[in-house]
Amino acid sequence: MTASAHSAGARPAARDSAPVLELRGICKSFPGVRALSNVALRLYPGEVHTLMGQNGAGKSTLIKVLTGVFTPDAGEILLDGRQIAPASTFDAQALGISTVYQEVNLCPNLSVAENIFIGRYPRRIGGIDWRAMQGQASVLLKRLHIEIDVTAPLERYPLAIQQMVAIARAISVSARVLILDEPTSSLDEHEVALLFGVLRTLRQHGMAILFVTHFLDQTYAISDRITVMRNGEREGEYACADLSRLALVNKMVGAPADANAHVTAIGDEPAFKPAGAPFLQARGIGRKGALAPMDIALHQGELLGLCGLLGSGRTEAARLLFGADQADSGSIAVKGQPQQFRSPRDAIAAGIGFCSEDRKHEGAILALSVRENIILALQARTGLLRAIPLKRQQALAEHFIKALGVKTASIDTPIGTLSGGNQQKALLARWLATEPTMLILDEPTRGIDVRAKQEIMEYVTALCRKGMAILFISSELPEVLRCSDRMVVMRDRKACGEYQRGALDETSVLRVIAAGA
Amino acid sequence: MNNPLDAQVGDRLLRADFPHAAMPASSALKRLLQHALFRPAAALALLLLLDLLTIPGFFQLTIRDGHLYGSVIDITNRAAPLMLAALGMTLVIATRGIDISVGAVVAMSGTVAAMLIGGHMGLVNGVPAYVSKTPMAWALCLAMGAALLCGAWNGLLVAWLGLQPIVATLILMVAGRGLAQLFTDGQIVTVYYQPYFFIGSGYLLGLPFALFLVGAVFLVTGLMMRRTALGLFIQAVGINPVAARLAGVRTASLIFFVYVFCSACAGLAGLMISSNIKSADANNAGMLLELDAILAVTLGGTSLAGGKFTLVGSVIGALIIQTLTYTIYSIGLPPEVNMVVKSLVVFLVCLSQSAELKTLRQRLFARRASGNAA
Amino acid sequence: MNALMTRSRGLLASPYFTSLVTVLLLLVLLGMGGAAYPGFLSLQVLFNLLIDNAFLLVIAVGMSFVILSGGIDLSVGSVLALSTMVAATLLHRWHLHPLLVIAIVLALGAAFGAGMGALIHYFRLQPFIVTLAGMFLARGLCYLISINSITIEDPLFVMMSRSQLHFLGGFVSPGVVIALLTLAAAIFIAHFTPFGRAVYAIGGNETSAQMMGLPVGRAKVLIYAGSGFCAALAGLLFSFYMLSGYGLHAQGAELDAIAAVVIGGTLLTGGYGYLAGALSGVLVLGTIQTLIAFDGSLSSWWTRIVIGALLLVFCVVQRLMSIGAGKGGK
Repeated sequence: MTASAHSAGARPAARDSAPVLELRGICKSFPGVRALSNVALRLYPGEVHTLMGQNGAGKSTLIKVLTGVFTPDAGEILLDGRQIAPASTFDAQALGISTVYQEVNLCPNLSVAENIFIGRYPRRIGGIDWRAMQGQASVLLKRLHIEIDVTAPLERYPLAIQQMVAIARAISVSARVLILDEPTSSLDEHEVALLFGVLRTLRQHGMAILFVTHFLDQTYAISDRITVMRNGEREGEYACADLSRLALVNKMVGAPADANAHVTAIGDEPAFKPAGAPFLQARGIGRKGALAPMDIALHQGELLGLCGLLGSGRTEAARLLFGADQADSGSIAVKGQPQQFRSPRDAIAAGIGFCSEDRKHEGAILALSVRENIILALQARTGLLRAIPLKRQQALAEHFIKALGVKTASIDTPIGTLSGGNQQKALLARWLATEPTMLILDEPTRGIDVRAKQEIMEYVTALCRKGMAILFISSELPEVLRCSDRMVVMRDRKACGEYQRGALDETSVLRVIAAGA
Repeated sequence: MNNPLDAQVGDRLLRADFPHAAMPASSALKRLLQHALFRPAAALALLLLLDLLTIPGFFQLTIRDGHLYGSVIDITNRAAPLMLAALGMTLVIATRGIDISVGAVVAMSGTVAAMLIGGHMGLVNGVPAYVSKTPMAWALCLAMGAALLCGAWNGLLVAWLGLQPIVATLILMVAGRGLAQLFTDGQIVTVYYQPYFFIGSGYLLGLPFALFLVGAVFLVTGLMMRRTALGLFIQAVGINPVAARLAGVRTASLIFFVYVFCSACAGLAGLMISSNIKSADANNAGMLLELDAILAVTLGGTSLAGGKFTLVGSVIGALIIQTLTYTIYSIGLPPEVNMVVKSLVVFLVCLSQSAELKTLRQRLFARRASGNAA
Repeated sequence: MNALMTRSRGLLASPYFTSLVTVLLLLVLLGMGGAAYPGFLSLQVLFNLLIDNAFLLVIAVGMSFVILSGGIDLSVGSVLALSTMVAATLLHRWHLHPLLVIAIVLALGAAFGAGMGALIHYFRLQPFIVTLAGMFLARGLCYLISINSITIEDPLFVMMSRSQLHFLGGFVSPGVVIALLTLAAAIFIAHFTPFGRAVYAIGGNETSAQMMGLPVGRAKVLIYAGSGFCAALAGLLFSFYMLSGYGLHAQGAELDAIAAVVIGGTLLTGGYGYLAGALSGVLVLGTIQTLIAFDGSLSSWWTRIVIGALLLVFCVVQRLMSIGAGKGGK
């Protein structure tokens, strides 16, 4: 499947018409984090405009600003040249901006027809006119080339159809702008083709479509133009035909134009040569819908990097190795002994630690103190009955705060008051306190300032030299290339290559990631 | 789940929960005012002050027959079953759960004990006296066993099957009291066996034995929370169960345990109550005790949303409720006012814990501030 | 054959399966009664079921809306008692016109419910704690009005109490007619009005409902106001039945109502269920009670236990089905 053949057919049209939606200079900050700075976007009628970027790039924040969930700190939103300021999703909808989210955001227990017409029922004497509603719903869906039983509850249909229903609702509310926020993450190839058929029909009718995704193939299959975001800023706006895959990937994860000079020398050391059997050997480990079966081996003292774009299955692989999810297939052996990780407890007992990428929901226990967060995993392993004495807790906490440079008023302040970077360090300390033989780090440097990034990576590499096995997942390619002894490149939920350090430079890795099917 | 509305609320909550994050630790007075136990203790103190002013001889203590008597002793004694129930309920609420079957367990344990002890006479050393059908120790053990079974039942439904706590405990609330009524056929079973009365009405070292029981349970629970990792784990599970599980905490076992513990406390409270009234009343024993217990816990400062909890606060909360009842009675207001006052207090406490109220207040202050500046 | 299997699998997986089970259960119970006791299957026995439980049906209707929206209302029994108390007081002590009294009582019930609904939605308080406190408040107010029962001697109420409407060879009370009319109105509202559909939407996914622009706040306040209104109406029916206002009336009625609604097939988590399930649930409860009464040897306490057991079975089955659906769907 060559991308260019399916691509937009390079519509030169719309350029002379005015943009239907324009964003200028949008800025948005949250305590401790600058989510958007000076972002601009132009959306023309009759085009599919893709918004691309990794996690933390600011895509979802931008969408939330557009749909009224957030109010921007600065900048303006113009619809047909007039400034608007939607204060809620309903406001945005009334203005003609409709959004279809990944989780669809419809009511699964209601019928398809009802979901389309909720809040705008056709009436007759005696109440809601069900027959008219069902008729109109069928007609709407037929326009999108979908023929289903509209009286059945929505949840009976697969996610792809549910999204069509959401789109049908959006266009029936006479939207001018349709925003699709990561709609294809849970769809298979056939369903994606179905969705794209619908989008092409809508485009022909003059709808302006903003398509948010992180999948390369799909971008090239459907887009007219692309806006790339990175770290809260707009990297650039390009016509799809003018931007090669390699260039696109480079803009998303490659070395930034202003490469930081001081982030260097870690990688100058010779690569680690594994001696002896691996500490962890996973064969054919996989989970339906999340990860195709793959092999992973990790030696003590080795730093294995997992790289790939968002959605490539890296976190899924990590969770399987840690027992956070159950594998459908394959086996895991630790030090040669086969193991079954039914829950994280089993993995922890085997000497593995896991620093999740979602530190807010899966890591930090916000209201507890820094000390309590740090000793939690160690205490869980020590057991219920033998509480770690307070003196030792304090000593441990103080030790790691100093070693990692955590900036906190005291070890007893709630961890929720710390900045993102310091929270991350404290959570890293939690796992280090268990003295694991193997540590899985999932995006440990995301959303953290450069200095903290550097400190964490130095500490981690030092640990590796001392004999810890580390599985390192990151979206920042330079980081992974610099630190890893070995790298596994992943794409579309399967492993597609394993390389030693020095075997690849950045460009070639990008090419592997960007390579079409 | 990337729900767009969550982020907004999340940010607001974060700012609402940690408004003093940037403030340095200031004077001792400020720290006192911000202490978790300040509000409940102050509320209790206010009530006691009211009593002191309106009830003559409120704080008077007299000694009769080697027993200490006085209003304060009376209140604390009557509050004993509630204090027990509140202690148990605290842990359940801390894990984001709730147990509304507490009253039914109270009825159940009292019934089992009373039925096993019975009320007939026999010959003891040639003298007719009241004897127990089964040795009292056995009766008490079996009664507690019944309570533990109830707790295990609740725990199984919530921790293993994943039923909502209110639904799971609703089932026992409906069926449990029915079972107790079945055993007694709805009749009040009177107990005449002297040693049984000691639990609820006996005295030890001049003070009611019930207080020692409560004190013992409180001490044991407190030690459990501090000396073992239980306190930390319960808080972790209540605040963020996903993160707790990923950190290796046994969340399911923990949740099972707190329901067993809650029912155990309720069972002990049931023995106390039935011993006090010298009978088992399956129809009325422990009626509405669950609301009192929930109220005591929330008054004490533990949030219904789970997480951090305070055992001392729950005990204070129970005392507040009992003092309130006593005050209302002594002032001359009809005792029915009690229920009205309690419900209003629940509303107030819930509102004060509501994040929405905090943001509302912040918004009002901001508006006033900008209004002043303008 | 395959089509039949997929159709039946779809039926089994449907949350409406439990509604069907209830009707079957009712038929089985009635059959058991008919087989064991002569005269059980007479029409009048069925009508007596309705007469005795008319008030419960009305509460269950109000409760259905609350549970469908994903909430719960523990105050209905107490509001019922409070309504009887207020009605009795207004009639007996203030000698107000009975129609005016009825209007006031209904308005008070609705206002009480609306207040709780506002607290639940606008301050994001949990429904069970707000309605639990409301339960306490209503009972307390009952006792404040009077500890003892107040007899109702108003001619309109007495007439309602004594009337027998002849129908198909048997008779029913006006209360039954009112209850059935309320049920019919509720079914209409649930299926033919935007408000009714909003109830289902909120129960299905409240955030989605909000994002789709449904007036969730207003709907939730109305839902609890409706429940309060039904509790007040049930109170009036109860006072027709008992001709007294008393604080001890309807103790535990809320639990019976919840049990009836759940047994009638409505999922406690919200979003699924038929209003008509309230009727089948109430009939099942009533039939069990009648069976136990007919038996004579079983004490009446068995009713509570059986209801608890049924509730357990239905909740567990609902939970297992939702786990299965979650696993199967992915």
